Amino acid sequence: MSDVRRTYLFWIALSGAVGLSLWKADVRMNDLFAPDARSQMAAMVRSMFPPELAPSFLRSMITPTAETLQISVMGMAVAIAIGFPLSLLATATITWSGILHERYSSSSRGVGFVPYAVARSFLSILRSIPEVVWGLMFVRAVGLGPFAGVLAIGVAYGGMLGKVYSEILEGVNLRPAETLQASGASRLAVVTYGMLPAALPALASYTLYRWECAIRASAILGFVGAGGLGQQIELSLRMFNFHEVATLLLILWGFVFAVETLSAMVRRSLAR
Amino acid sequence: MNTPIFELTGVGKVFAHRQTTLENVSLVVGAGEQIAFIGSNGAGKTTLFRVLNLTFRPTSGTLRFEGADVANCRRTDLRRLRRRIGMIYQQQNLVGWLRVVHNVLAGHLGRWSTAKALWSLVRPQEVESAVEALARVGLSDKLYARTDTLSGGQQQRVAVARLLVQDPDVILADEPVSSVDPSLAEGIVRLLVDASRTDGKTLLTNLHSVDLALRFFPRIVAIRQGRVFFDLAPEKVTAEMLGMLYAGASADDTAPLAYERALSVAGALPPSRHP
Repeated sequence: MSDVRRTYLFWIALSGAVGLSLWKADVRMNDLFAPDARSQMAAMVRSMFPPELAPSFLRSMITPTAETLQISVMGMAVAIAIGFPLSLLATATITWSGILHERYSSSSRGVGFVPYAVARSFLSILRSIPEVVWGLMFVRAVGLGPFAGVLAIGVAYGGMLGKVYSEILEGVNLRPAETLQASGASRLAVVTYGMLPAALPALASYTLYRWECAIRASAILGFVGAGGLGQQIELSLRMFNFHEVATLLLILWGFVFAVETLSAMVRRSLAR
Repeated sequence: MNTPIFELTGVGKVFAHRQTTLENVSLVVGAGEQIAFIGSNGAGKTTLFRVLNLTFRPTSGTLRFEGADVANCRRTDLRRLRRRIGMIYQQQNLVGWLRVVHNVLAGHLGRWSTAKALWSLVRPQEVESAVEALARVGLSDKLYARTDTLSGGQQQRVAVARLLVQDPDVILADEPVSSVDPSLAEGIVRLLVDASRTDGKTLLTNLHSVDLALRFFPRIVAIRQGRVFFDLAPEKVTAEMLGMLYAGASADDTAPLAYERALSVAGALPPSRHP
């Protein structure tokens, strides 16, 4: 098939998919902007103001806020511990294909393909299960509380980090790695000297973005009993106390903003 | 005569789904020789070097390193052989994000254990060797500079410093100066030739500049369409030969330039037409 026809086919397929989804997902913009819908939303937003700022309430939120932060930090630590080693195996250029493997026979490359395929499929299983489902499972295993949240984030995000890390590593220019291998460096030394340094800014930036997501996710996980701010949000929602909900959302926004700032700082210092 | 370093017999390299890049190359490289390889872009010089540095496996023919066939050597043997072969590419040899000291110390990676290699990124090991090598290439003040802050010519000298640290028996330089300012190119070629001469190392270089090849190397091997076109001492290379070497080359935009330069070096064109 010619390139032109393939391009046409791609655009036809894409617009077909979007059109079908628009229809089947029941997208009715009129409903969103109907007078009834507008007044309902306005009422809910109005009921959030002013946010609850009573000292006693704020004081009682210190522990769950700290808990959310701890869940996200520990969750990310677990996620990196799972995702990083797997990502090295899941990187084709490290395990079985490309210039670093040209010298080896196809049977010897096949030996590298096995851990690659296993790591890839394992990572995809980890991330195809939503973190809320992981959360429900871990709440059953280790009981209510932050530890279940840590495990849920660690496992689900381990799958995402591993996949994206391996894609970042596959995008690295292999020339330096090739030169190092040609001078007799071991595979692990080739990766740490020739590939990881070049990938580091992208790896760090993606990890920080995931940490931001983990803070939000730890709030969602609170809904299924994994502690932290999420549990408070759920409680306040159920009591129709939207003033408190507003305060809690503001705290989350503060976190997201802080991580964003930190991420910009780290990226700047790495790009130096 | 001693055992030759490289002995190629009918070496060919065909890529899967791609055209033949090397065909029936036979060549003997003696220990301590200095050879320049010339030819137009796409003639197969880089592929030949990747066969010689044990990155590519030839699809036909045999490659002997010091008399031993390397077709089926195991990974550990491969590492042992590779550490004796040093490589410099046109560019992008170095990891820009690392400091110069680590790029130079990477020359030790063939000997160091993986644990020592990793620890060296935290606390550089055997720094004196890097200091000494950088002094030889005239970059003593750049030890802790970040490599990507250096100019192209300085980076190429860092690559030479790494080579000195590696201390290989064979140096393979693939277009070491074509991304470098022409005024600095000669200095780098001289550095490589001197380093190989004083330490008795074998030096194989791919050069775009026929001029530098003829001036610095006692043996010229021309590659055309994946085959050895001629293999001569520089004084035996004629303008007709160079004309034929670069004529009918691909429609590559740099080919006419190289052709013109080749002719002007051989005296067929007035030197004023030097690009």
